[in-house]
Amino acid sequence: MNFFLDALNWLVDPANHVGDGAIGIRVVQHLGFTAVTLVFASVIAIPIGFLIGHTGRGRGLAVAVSGALRAIPTLGLLTIVALWVGIGLDAPYVALTVLAIPPILAGAYTGFQAIDRTTVDAARAVGMSERQIVRLVEMPLGLPLLIGGLRSATLQIVATATLAAYVADFGLGRFLFTGLKTRDYGEMLGGSILVILLALALEGAFALVRILVVPRGVTAGRPTDIRVRSKGLTR
Amino acid sequence: MIEFRSVTKRFADGTVAVDNFNLVLPSRKTTVLVGTSGSGKTTLLRMINRMVDPTSGTVEIDGADIGTLEPVKLRRGIGYVMQNSGLLPHRKVIDNVATVPMLRGLTRKKAREDALLLLDTVGLDRSLADRYPSQLSGGQQQRVGVARGLAVNPNILLMDEPFGAVDPIVRAELQQELLRLQRELDKTVVFVTHDIDEAFLLGDQVAILRTGGKIAQVGTPAEILANPADEFVATFVGAERGKRSLHLENHGHGDVLVDGDGRLAGVLVGAPTTQDKAGPASGPGASAPGVEPR
Repeated sequence: MNFFLDALNWLVDPANHVGDGAIGIRVVQHLGFTAVTLVFASVIAIPIGFLIGHTGRGRGLAVAVSGALRAIPTLGLLTIVALWVGIGLDAPYVALTVLAIPPILAGAYTGFQAIDRTTVDAARAVGMSERQIVRLVEMPLGLPLLIGGLRSATLQIVATATLAAYVADFGLGRFLFTGLKTRDYGEMLGGSILVILLALALEGAFALVRILVVPRGVTAGRPTDIRVRSKGLTR
Repeated sequence: MIEFRSVTKRFADGTVAVDNFNLVLPSRKTTVLVGTSGSGKTTLLRMINRMVDPTSGTVEIDGADIGTLEPVKLRRGIGYVMQNSGLLPHRKVIDNVATVPMLRGLTRKKAREDALLLLDTVGLDRSLADRYPSQLSGGQQQRVGVARGLAVNPNILLMDEPFGAVDPIVRAELQQELLRLQRELDKTVVFVTHDIDEAFLLGDQVAILRTGGKIAQVGTPAEILANPADEFVATFVGAERGKRSLHLENHGHGDVLVDGDGRLAGVLVGAPTTQDKAGPASGPGASAPGVEPR
């Protein structure tokens, strides 16, 4: 319990809320880093995932590559890239983008593949071009699973982004490394708590986004939604 | 007029779905392709809107080889209705109907207005316009599917077992609706089914297919019933089992019609009593309701 008290003391200590290493600044850095990494990984993974999902080709390859990427230890990759490009944020961006690609890729293509084939077939048969099928049918219907992929990628980034502090004076990881070095376990635990809170907040945000983006027609009429269901049966 | 000329379809795995198929489907008539699964009937249907391209041979619409037409453009001019409605689950009923007209460049407003009229045409209440497909019954979904098929006012309407997944009562209702629609709209309808009763009810021309897309017999329902080309056709239409060979029996209370198995099939009434109940000449009311099997 002492650790927790130390951590709480550390969190509310006004000294930790001023200057370059202020808690607020570190939180913003951490969030910004997470957002940028998520964008990098998305720009790479989403188009590839959509292509695989739409054509149905290359899924085996995607699974293999995703598996290989997942197996790479992030700290190891970070160290190698850092030795190559030097101290700074470049190496963490690379390492964490690699970490984030597999879940986003999987979310993108499973989202497409989970769509009823007859729906896509019908869209084609009534005269939608392949582009229109992707844009008007597969993207809206695949969105919930894609959001799921983005969510798990975000959680992995936000937790692992602490490693950025290993090669740069950056983010919430700084508190962990400093605390470890100076045996200031209050600072370490305080930093950890901040990471956990951030992860929970993002998780909540994604849960909300997911509810908002699921097309209404997909949930309407599901047996679980008793009110809508019974309304649907009145005629 | 749609014409199949020596059409063969061999799939990548070597299966021959359709083998040297020739058939003329007259304009403004309903042609029913009927056969068991594996008879290539759906493949044939999908060749008309280039969802499937023949391995060899040509399909012509009004004399033009559709192999030279751009598939997407061709499909937008042909109505298509499929078994499980194939509606877009994330779009409201009205938007599902308006989808293709909007792809063809109609404004959203105009397309939606037209769509409402189409809901009337297929006998759906306008209050359903803002529902999602999952909130409708199977029969209602099929009606929306038909409305969508009609949305671009096509000359040709392709129907791939559209009533296969609804219960018999709703199916009968939808079949009658289709007959009514066809009287009003006069489309060239190509209808695929495995149900011979449905084929005889709806078809002006019926093509019975055997495995591998070979025609067993083509003709009006009357021609086929009266003169089955071979044993396969006879079995398929049920003549052999006696289901369709009805005879009169007197049970004391009056004459009743009995089929070959001795089951009651109906009564004979005073209307014109040919078995040609779905023939090309039959208009509304020409069928004798009492002599339908079962």
